[in-house]
Amino acid sequence: MPDATGLELIAQEIRNEDAETVLDTEFHRGRAVLVINPARVKSVLAFLQNSGFTALMSVHGVDYYPHEPRLGVLYEMLDRKEVDRISVKARLHTDDPRIDSVTELFPGVEFPEREVYDMFGVVFEGHPDLRRILMPEDYEGHPQRRDFPVGGEPVLFTYNEEQNYGKYV
Amino acid sequence: MEVKRERLDDFRVRQFQARDLLRGDLDDEDLERYVSERVLTTTVEKAVAWAQGNSIYPLTFGLACCAIEMMSIVGARADIARFGFEVFRASPRQADLIILSGRVSIKMAPVVRRIYDQMLEPKWAISMGACCSSMGVFNNYALVPSDKFMPIDVHVPGCPPRPEALLHGILRLREKIQGHSREGWRARYDAFGTEELLPGAADLQSADVSVFKPGDTAGA
Amino acid sequence: MSEDERGERDERDERAGEVGEGPGVAEHGAVATAEMAAGGRGEQSLTEDHRRREESITLSSEPAGAGETHELLTLNIGPHHPATHGVLRLIATLEGEVVRDIKPIIGYVHTGIEKTAEDKAYWKAIPVVERMDYLSYYFNAMAFCGAVETLLDLEVPPRAQYLRVIHLELNRIMSHLVWLGTSALDLGAVSMFWYCFRERETVLDLFEMSSGQRMHTRYIQVGGVMEDIPHGFEERLRKFLNNMPTRADQYADLLEKNQIVLERLRGTGIVDRETLLALGVTGPLLRAAGEPWDLRKAHPYSGYEKFDFKIPVGTVGDNYDRYRVRHAEFYESVKIIEQALDGMPEGPHITPDRKVALPPRHELATSMEALIHHFKLVTEGFRVPPGEAYYPIESPRGELGCFVRADGSAKPARVHMRDPSFVNLQALAPMVRNGYIADLIATLAMLDPILGGIDR
Repeated sequence: MPDATGLELIAQEIRNEDAETVLDTEFHRGRAVLVINPARVKSVLAFLQNSGFTALMSVHGVDYYPHEPRLGVLYEMLDRKEVDRISVKARLHTDDPRIDSVTELFPGVEFPEREVYDMFGVVFEGHPDLRRILMPEDYEGHPQRRDFPVGGEPVLFTYNEEQNYGKYV
Repeated sequence: MEVKRERLDDFRVRQFQARDLLRGDLDDEDLERYVSERVLTTTVEKAVAWAQGNSIYPLTFGLACCAIEMMSIVGARADIARFGFEVFRASPRQADLIILSGRVSIKMAPVVRRIYDQMLEPKWAISMGACCSSMGVFNNYALVPSDKFMPIDVHVPGCPPRPEALLHGILRLREKIQGHSREGWRARYDAFGTEELLPGAADLQSADVSVFKPGDTAGA
Repeated sequence: MSEDERGERDERDERAGEVGEGPGVAEHGAVATAEMAAGGRGEQSLTEDHRRREESITLSSEPAGAGETHELLTLNIGPHHPATHGVLRLIATLEGEVVRDIKPIIGYVHTGIEKTAEDKAYWKAIPVVERMDYLSYYFNAMAFCGAVETLLDLEVPPRAQYLRVIHLELNRIMSHLVWLGTSALDLGAVSMFWYCFRERETVLDLFEMSSGQRMHTRYIQVGGVMEDIPHGFEERLRKFLNNMPTRADQYADLLEKNQIVLERLRGTGIVDRETLLALGVTGPLLRAAGEPWDLRKAHPYSGYEKFDFKIPVGTVGDNYDRYRVRHAEFYESVKIIEQALDGMPEGPHITPDRKVALPPRHELATSMEALIHHFKLVTEGFRVPPGEAYYPIESPRGELGCFVRADGSAKPARVHMRDPSFVNLQALAPMVRNGYIADLIATLAMLDPILGGIDR
């Protein structure tokens, strides 16, 4: 991981290009996170790609439920030569969660972005094929948001055994 | 050491009896005993059920982790070929047992139902593992218990069930097919009334805390 | 009139699928199209073309299908199919027998593992997360426990690290055995299945000895491992390790000199290294293409830096290289386990921090503190200070990473597993384009997708 000073240097370089891009930097337990403005995600990732972080290992979403903005999209980047990892975080509001897709820079995020769309409802603009990937195509709701119920069937005991659908001759 | 035999010179006696039978010489008693030693009477249904139970063709239908244990019973340690069931068919039209091995998600449930419908009668279903029998480890929005959309004959618990457990389930299914199923034992042994009442269950009010109504049995 | 009759006859013949027609027609391989039949009398030029070629005595010198439109056939493979490894649905666009495009559709075993894990305490989420990639269950647990240990800033005792490495490498051997058995089954070499599963049973006996369960063992816990290995485990393991290289040689002898296996695997499914790197592919697929990237060497975790092993790397990047890379990993894993057994340090098998790990049972009878810790850990669980961690490890299929977000309570606020097969599946399309369907089956076998990990 770039250590805390390395992270600040990277953040400074990005701020030099465009002052509003980097909103915050976090460094916790050896992991460096750049919190950016979601509108600039493509330029930040392109910059990081040029400075050595050529691999985007994972794109995933997080729902920071009581804290606004609620949805976060995290990009885990890897630099194979220096064996360095850095994370980029973009926070979005639930009412209009749109962010640019980075499939042009990293073709391998097609499936992960579809999964974030499916599970959290984040719309990736410019994605070649944005459909639900894990849930059925006509499913309503975004399951991994914190306000979506876990669901499931009631556990059957003797007192509610009538609900046992499997109980027929 | 002496070996006691039931009849002296068994083979020659049988030879003479067969010759006599063919000639029509055996009398009523001898004839009856001869026939009863060699002929088994049964119904057509029972005979067919016996044959069906001994030649089950399972369907290759692996969903998740239980599928790996199902592949283990095809392996040599827990060998399903001992029972004649090693012919796993890929096409549902040619199989008569579907072993739902693994978790059935919402997207997969209509597919499973369609495959089950494509199987020809008589067909049986085993729900292997905890995830498809009840919801298993994952009691959430994404799974469907198999009882909800298709009739299941045997549920095999476990996560994943050992190959021996699955074999036990398959053999219980075989017993069920052949007509001497071990379920409903209370009816068979006329054992109603032997259920255990919780001590003090009759006194419990159906308060918010207690889940047992008065007079409820436990573990019946 | 004869022209009209002939026209009608043509259309009927075309509708009938061009069966049993003259030599001029039989040489272009296009399937009879509904469009041609439905075209009706307007398609006179096409039928005239047909007739002209049909009636010529010499075979036409035009290349097959010149000037004809070829129909692309969309074929649905799966989700229930004997050769897709799990419930993978592939929509293949075929031209003849050549695959022009492929589109995987997944989600048929989506279990909502990540959502369920948010509902459970950290200790109780380990079995849930373990069932994701169901052939490499130790790796799932390791990634999750590693992430939680990072957040807790917890140190794992060295003996626990060695035990973890032993079990992880045993799991790698077992996963590759299942892969080899089922892939050979797909290729048609049916007997390999039984040999590989015989070895697998031995490995599962070892797992059962150390943890009580064959699969999904919950052996790796936060802070170490669940229990120390029993007596007799080491002896049995050494016996297995003595046998394993010989067995691996036998598998190689069975498969590698076989002309059919060689023809099906060599030269098929080639993708160059840059495409794979751009797609984010990791694991044996990437190593087969020539990139020596392995997280055990690049970014060692859990004591891997102390062991001396090599990483097999391929050259061409075809299916044969993928097979060879995984096969060579058998020997390397055996070496790692032997070194771990030889150098195993003494010590606790789990962290002595009682706020995180359960105290040993004999203490519960004597120490009040131990009782309270036990009670708190079992009912509520340990609390993790707020933060996020991403812990990547090298699973048999590639980089398996676990992202955990903790919000200070006893339950994780978000668990995400970055599964290698999920990302590797995107590489299937470039691998099978312009190859035959049979190559598609072989490539899918060599890709080693595990649908539990893909769908989570």
